[in-house]
Amino acid sequence: MRFYEHEAKTLLGRQGLPLPKSGNAKTPEEAEQIAGQIAGTVVLKSQVLSGGRMKAGGIRFAGSPQEARREAGAILALAINGQRPRSVLVEAKAPVRKEFYAGVIYDALAKRPVLIFSDMGGIDIEQVAEQHPEHVARAHFSVLEPFSDYQAKNVVASLGITGNQLSRLTPILTRLVRLFLQYNLTLAEINPLCELEDGNFLCLDCHLDMEEEARDRHTRLLQELGVGREETRQARPPTPFEIRGAQVDALDNKGVAGHVIEFDGDLGLIIGAGGGSLTLLDAVRKHGGRPANYCEIGGNPSVRKACELTKLILSKPGVEKIAVMMNVVSNTRVDIMARGVIKGVIEAGYQPKDKITFFRIPGSWEDEGARILRKYGVEYGDRSVSMDEAARRAVVNMRGR
Amino acid sequence: MSVLIDGSTTFIIQGITGREAVNMTRECKDYGAKVVGGVTPGRKGRDVYGVPVYDTVRQITDQMRVDGAVVSVPPGFAKDAALEAIDAGIKLVVIVTERIPRGEVAEILEFAKLRGSRVIGPNCLGLISPGKSKMGGIGGTAEGTRKAFVAGSIGVMSRSGGMTTEICNTLSAAGLGISTAVSIGGDPIIGSTYAELMPLFEADSQTKAIVVYSEPGGPYEAQLAAYLTHRKSRLPVVAFMAGRFMDEMPGMRFGHAGTIVEGRADTSTEKIRLMQQAGITVAESIESIPSLIQERLSR
Amino acid sequence: MPMFIRVEVDPSVARRADLAKKLVEVCPVDIFAQNADQSLRIVEDNLDECVLCDLCIQACPAGTVKITKLYEQA
Ligand code: SF4
Repeated sequence: MRFYEHEAKTLLGRQGLPLPKSGNAKTPEEAEQIAGQIAGTVVLKSQVLSGGRMKAGGIRFAGSPQEARREAGAILALAINGQRPRSVLVEAKAPVRKEFYAGVIYDALAKRPVLIFSDMGGIDIEQVAEQHPEHVARAHFSVLEPFSDYQAKNVVASLGITGNQLSRLTPILTRLVRLFLQYNLTLAEINPLCELEDGNFLCLDCHLDMEEEARDRHTRLLQELGVGREETRQARPPTPFEIRGAQVDALDNKGVAGHVIEFDGDLGLIIGAGGGSLTLLDAVRKHGGRPANYCEIGGNPSVRKACELTKLILSKPGVEKIAVMMNVVSNTRVDIMARGVIKGVIEAGYQPKDKITFFRIPGSWEDEGARILRKYGVEYGDRSVSMDEAARRAVVNMRGR
Repeated sequence: MSVLIDGSTTFIIQGITGREAVNMTRECKDYGAKVVGGVTPGRKGRDVYGVPVYDTVRQITDQMRVDGAVVSVPPGFAKDAALEAIDAGIKLVVIVTERIPRGEVAEILEFAKLRGSRVIGPNCLGLISPGKSKMGGIGGTAEGTRKAFVAGSIGVMSRSGGMTTEICNTLSAAGLGISTAVSIGGDPIIGSTYAELMPLFEADSQTKAIVVYSEPGGPYEAQLAAYLTHRKSRLPVVAFMAGRFMDEMPGMRFGHAGTIVEGRADTSTEKIRLMQQAGITVAESIESIPSLIQERLSR
Repeated sequence: MPMFIRVEVDPSVARRADLAKKLVEVCPVDIFAQNADQSLRIVEDNLDECVLCDLCIQACPAGTVKITKLYEQA
């Protein structure tokens, strides 16, 4: 889950990292007021989760509070990559001498976190690593042993940095590591990390991602920051259809019938489990089908949940029919899924045999499931029908039987 | 032979009185696995389908040889449970639990390395050597497991637990059968990767070929490709890549926690390219895997 | 309205508080509840969730609890 810049900077501040004077403005008036308090030239930064703000015109400068008000108005009205800004961060403009980069991520191969530092900040670190590898220093560190300043110092010094820069940068990097570990972050990046004309350092921009899995361990913090439970903070905000999908999944704690993602096709998909859903969505597309959605069924959801999910998908504009398909299941029960889907179709006012193009879930209680489907005239595919073939039949049956 | 487990492997189940773990205990026992004990703090003296329950791992390891542990506790307790098993000297720890934060997984794995234990998972269904034993929920009931997993010559490694069963069912139906199948887990950081398990399969005379189920996101497919490029393996590898559609939707989360496309290198297109370059046959569908294996074996 | 499952409990069982309590305990999907007077009530909304585990049948005298799969009727 990505933090907005102003949220991320609140976290940096709590760890004692140096930040420019700033305020978060929801309206042009607030921006004017904050700019007045800061005095001098300010930077106004659009609070969106997307990159490329500078290019899109989401970052502007203002020499007076009145100008700040005007520019804030322009920024608030400007969507960047389809995202409306939440607010505008108003910051004192700092006289920068040199830009650095500091970041912490997990290295899945080493299975440890790694501290990354560069004396070429302000640009994409991957680009620096490709074109100027000698300007990037890395050090993996233990999560069992305490992290100490000398490790940060080693990283900075390895690029030939000494003197005031070395002694100022060292505690900043250490604090970044602490922040990363304390808040279960998966990415903590300060870029640029700036040295000012007077030799002081400031974190001018940053990017922090908190692990989804860790959100419920930081409910207090998220509440303080005003991050809502329903905010997914993915590459795009959830659609109303997707939010309703999450509500269906929250009906009870039996299994999973959710994680719905919307597409614009005509074939509704009730698919699972995690890997099976990925495989089946590919297969449907390969056979020329146009999926209306992605979803994940698993862990033996209740009849109620499967039923409501079915109704939700059938209610989506453009959906003509649905296909119900999973890999061989061992936990989820075929008969329970059959009951839920059939009930959903009937409650939505349709006949199961007209709406379900194909039903392929082999595995536990499959004989019972097949009996239910037979009674309602729905075609059942057992394990002798491959996932690929099931997807093909689902697509063919779209054109009527 | 087989990999990691066989008929003599003894193991315990941590969190044995939990809803899922109770089922798993029965399924493993019915399948013939040697489940020698379970741990749920405060429940010492009870039993689950005849398996005695203890308060601590040491209470079991003090009395008998324990080869493995299955960790099936809620995410908030999983790290402690895994550390306890490793500290008690257990050498194979299978972590079934989902949603353990990465930092805690890193702690478990660092400690495991220090003590010489192997970790499978987290977020996996465990492993099976058909006809010998299974550790974890893989395959479900004993009856369902026997249907989908027939003993044979193919080693299987999969990031998806459900797809492990699907693939093994396909291989079994085609008469190839399974030597050992490992659900390696769907998390961004896992205890044992494809490349780390390859040497074990290579040393196993029963295994004649490898099938890999892969997904976008993460570096483990690239690591496998690099492994096979640097060291010629006796085992032909056939891989299936699910989630190809995700390349068009970077930053969106589908499937497992580890399945999120973050950069160019972890798209399915790039992974397929790397795997093919390393001599891996990439299958277009699950059903085509058996014939691709036959073809590779007859070369 | 249940679409797939019907559960019938003999009145002699439904009247007994001890058996009603037992049924509430054993059913994993909350199909049984107790009225204010401790007698048994069947929760119509949950009937289709029945997992056919037969625990209710085992908990009562033979023949007093009957589970019918409506999809098996002609
Ligand atoms: S069979 Fe099981 S689930 Fe169904 S009513 Fe009886 S106890 Fe409940």
